Amino acid sequence: MDLLYQIFIDPFVQMGTAPDLLVQTLWEGLVGGVLYSLIALGFVLIFKASGVFNFAQGIMVVFAAMSLVSLYGLGIPAFVALALTFAIMLALAWGVERLVLRPLVNQPDIILFMATFGLTYFLIGFGELVFGGEPKVMIADQLFLPRGAYDIKMLGGFVSLQKIDIAATVIASLMVAALAVFFQKTRIGRALRAVADSHRAALSVGISLEQIWVIVWFAAGIVAIVTGIMWGARSQVEFSLQIIALKALPVLILGGFTSIPGAIVGGVIIGVGEKLGEFYWGPLLGSGIESWLAYMIALAFLLFRPQGLFGEKIIERV
Amino acid sequence: MRAKQLVLCAMAAATLGMGILAVPAAAEEGIYVPLLTYRTGPFAGSGIPIANGMHDYLTMLNERDGGIGGAKLIIEECETGYDTKKGVECYEQIKSKHPVVVNPYSTGITLQLIPKAAVDKIPILSMAYGLSASADGNTFPWIFNPPATYWDGLSMIFKYIGDKEGGLDKLKGKTIGYIFFDGGYGREPIPLLEQFAKDYGFTAKQYPVPAAEMQNQSGLWLNVRRDRPAWMIMWGWGAMNPTAIKEAAKINYPLDHFIGVWWSGSDDDARPAGHDGKGYLALNLNGLGASYPAIQEIMKYVVDKGKSQVDSKDRVGENFYDRGVYNSVLVAEAIRNAQHITGKKEVTGEDVRRGFEALKISEARWKELGLPDFAAPIDKVSCSDHNGHHSAYMQQWDGTKWVKVSDWIAPMKDKVRPLLEEAAKDYVAKNQPWPARTEPCDKSS
Repeated sequence: MDLLYQIFIDPFVQMGTAPDLLVQTLWEGLVGGVLYSLIALGFVLIFKASGVFNFAQGIMVVFAAMSLVSLYGLGIPAFVALALTFAIMLALAWGVERLVLRPLVNQPDIILFMATFGLTYFLIGFGELVFGGEPKVMIADQLFLPRGAYDIKMLGGFVSLQKIDIAATVIASLMVAALAVFFQKTRIGRALRAVADSHRAALSVGISLEQIWVIVWFAAGIVAIVTGIMWGARSQVEFSLQIIALKALPVLILGGFTSIPGAIVGGVIIGVGEKLGEFYWGPLLGSGIESWLAYMIALAFLLFRPQGLFGEKIIERV
Repeated sequence: MRAKQLVLCAMAAATLGMGILAVPAAAEEGIYVPLLTYRTGPFAGSGIPIANGMHDYLTMLNERDGGIGGAKLIIEECETGYDTKKGVECYEQIKSKHPVVVNPYSTGITLQLIPKAAVDKIPILSMAYGLSASADGNTFPWIFNPPATYWDGLSMIFKYIGDKEGGLDKLKGKTIGYIFFDGGYGREPIPLLEQFAKDYGFTAKQYPVPAAEMQNQSGLWLNVRRDRPAWMIMWGWGAMNPTAIKEAAKINYPLDHFIGVWWSGSDDDARPAGHDGKGYLALNLNGLGASYPAIQEIMKYVVDKGKSQVDSKDRVGENFYDRGVYNSVLVAEAIRNAQHITGKKEVTGEDVRRGFEALKISEARWKELGLPDFAAPIDKVSCSDHNGHHSAYMQQWDGTKWVKVSDWIAPMKDKVRPLLEEAAKDYVAKNQPWPARTEPCDKSS
C-alpha cells in the first residue's frame, strides 16, 4: 500500500507542495530535450539523405569540439577558430562522400551503416592522435556565451535559469528552425527529399547525389559543432562526450528517423520525461534511472505509433 | 596485380617486423615492469597524467641510475582504455614475459586479476583502489593496495566532517549524500557508508551516475537540491567529476561541503568549473607541484630529453601526474626490498611480493628519494596487512589550483579493519575453493 502511495500519490503531492522544483525540473527537461533534439537532428539529416543511420554522429560532435578548442589553443582567435572548424567539418563531409559513400552507391543500407562504424573508429583514433586524449575546457567565454544564472523567486521558492542553458535553448531552437526551413522550402531541400526517396530516381532527374551528400554531411557537421560547444560548456570536451549521442536513439525511436519536427518534439518529450521520472520516481528505484527511462518512454510510445510520432507510415503490399 | 602483391608483401613484412619488435621485452635483460594504462577512451582524461607520472619516474630511474640495484627496468605500457576485458587481455599478453608486478589502474580490472595472481605468482599493486578487503594479506597474499583503502578514505572524510560539525554525533538526523560512479569502484565504499549511517544516525542518500550519464547529471542534482544533504561525498572518475562540480555550483550547493575521494581531485576535474568550483574539497595522498627534487630529476632526465609523453611541461607536477609518480615509487621500493631480501639483481614476481610485504618508506626515506613530505610515511604494511591504512590530507580548489587545507588525517582503522577482515572472509566464502596462504612471512615484514 505504501509503495502504491509512493508511486501514484506522493510525486503529485510533491509537485503541489514544491511547485518551484516542478518548474525547475520542467526547465531542465526542456533544456536537455532541446539539446537531445540537436543531436537527433544530425542523425535525421543523414538518414533522410542516404537512408543511413550515421553511427559516427557522436564522434563528429567530439571531433568538432576538439578542433575548435585545439585551434584556439594554438593561439588562433576564437571566432577564426570557429570558422576554421566549419572548414574542417566541410572537409570531413567532402572526404566522407568521396572516400566512404561514393564507392558504396547502390550498396545495401547495412553496408553504409557498417561504413559509418568504420568512420567512427577512424575518427576516434585519428582524433586521439591529433588532439590527444586529455580533456579540454570549452572556450565558452571567448565565444561570448553567457555565464551565471538568473535566480527567479517564484512559487514560494526559486527557479534557477542558467544563462548558458538559455543560450543553448535559443541557439538550438534557431538552428533547428533554420535547418527545417532550409530542407523544407529550398531547392536543395527538395532535392534532398528526392534523394531520400530513391537514389536512382533522383539521379535520373539530374540531381547530383555527391553534392547532396556533401551538403547533408556538412549540415550534420554544423549540428555537431553547435552540439559540441553546448555540451562541452556544460561539462568539458573529451572523447567521452560521444556517449551523449546515445541519448539521440530514444529520441529517434520516438520522433521517427526521417522527421525534423519529430526530432524536436521527441527530444523535448524524452528530455522532460526523463527529468520528471528521475526526480519524482527515481528515488524509488535507487536513482540514476535516466539512462534507461528514456528508452522506456520511447518504447511506450511505439506501442501506439510503431513508425514514431512523425515517421512516415509505409504501407507495403505483398 | 603486381601492386597488390607488393602491398601484401609489405604488410606481411610489417607484421613480421612487429612480431620481432615485440620479442625483446621478454628477451632483454632486466626487470620487466608492465604498466596497464589508458591513454585513449572515455577515461583518458584521468588516465593520461597517471600513466605519464608512472612511466616517467621509472624512466628516470633507468636514465639516472641505470635502473634499480644495477638491473635495468623494462617498462612497457599496455592500453586498456579502462575496459575490463581489454585489461584482462593485457594481463594475459604480458604474463608470459614474467612481470615482477602488475598495475591494473582500474578497480574492474583488479577484481578480475585477484584470483589469477596467486596462480601466476604475479603480485598486483592496486594503489589506493581495487578491493578494499584485499588489504588482508593472510587471505590475499599476492594483492597489495597501499597506502589506504577506499574504506579508509571514507572514514577520513567522516573524520573531517566530524571536525567541522563539532563531533560525529552531530550528524544524527542529518542527510549525507553519496554521488558515485555506478560501477565496482563507486560501489566499493557503500558497506562502510551504511555502517556509518547506523553508527551515527544519519540518512545516507545515494546518487549513482551510470557511465552513459557522466556528462548529463542535471536531473540527479535536482534530487540533491530537494534532499538538501548536509554534506555531499563523491566517488567519481573521468568526466563525471568536472560535471558534478559544475552541477553542484549550478544548484548553489555549498562547495566546501562537497568532498571527493582522492580519484576525484585532479586538476582536470576542477579546472573546467574554474572560479565557480571554488571551495570544492578532495582527499589527496600525495604532494602537489613539480618542485620536489625527484620531479626535477624527471624533468632533467626524461622530459627535457623528449622521453616523456607529456604534451606540455606544465602538466608535470599536476596532482594525478604526481599520483603516478607515487605509484612507481611503491613499485621501485618493493623491487629494491626484493633485491635486498634475496641478494639477487634480477628479481622475480615472487621476490617482489616479499618486497611489498617489507615496504617501509619513512619520512627520512621520502626525503632521500627526493620527495620530502610528499606523502605520509609508509610504515604499516606487513605480511598480514597489505595496505597499512595510512593517512591522507584534504585539499581545496581555490578557483585556479589545489591548496592543502588539512594536516594528515588518519583513517578510523578500528572501524575499517574488522569490517575489512569480515569482507575478506565473505570473498573467500563466495569464491570457493580459495587457496589458503602458503607463502611464509619474512622476518622483515
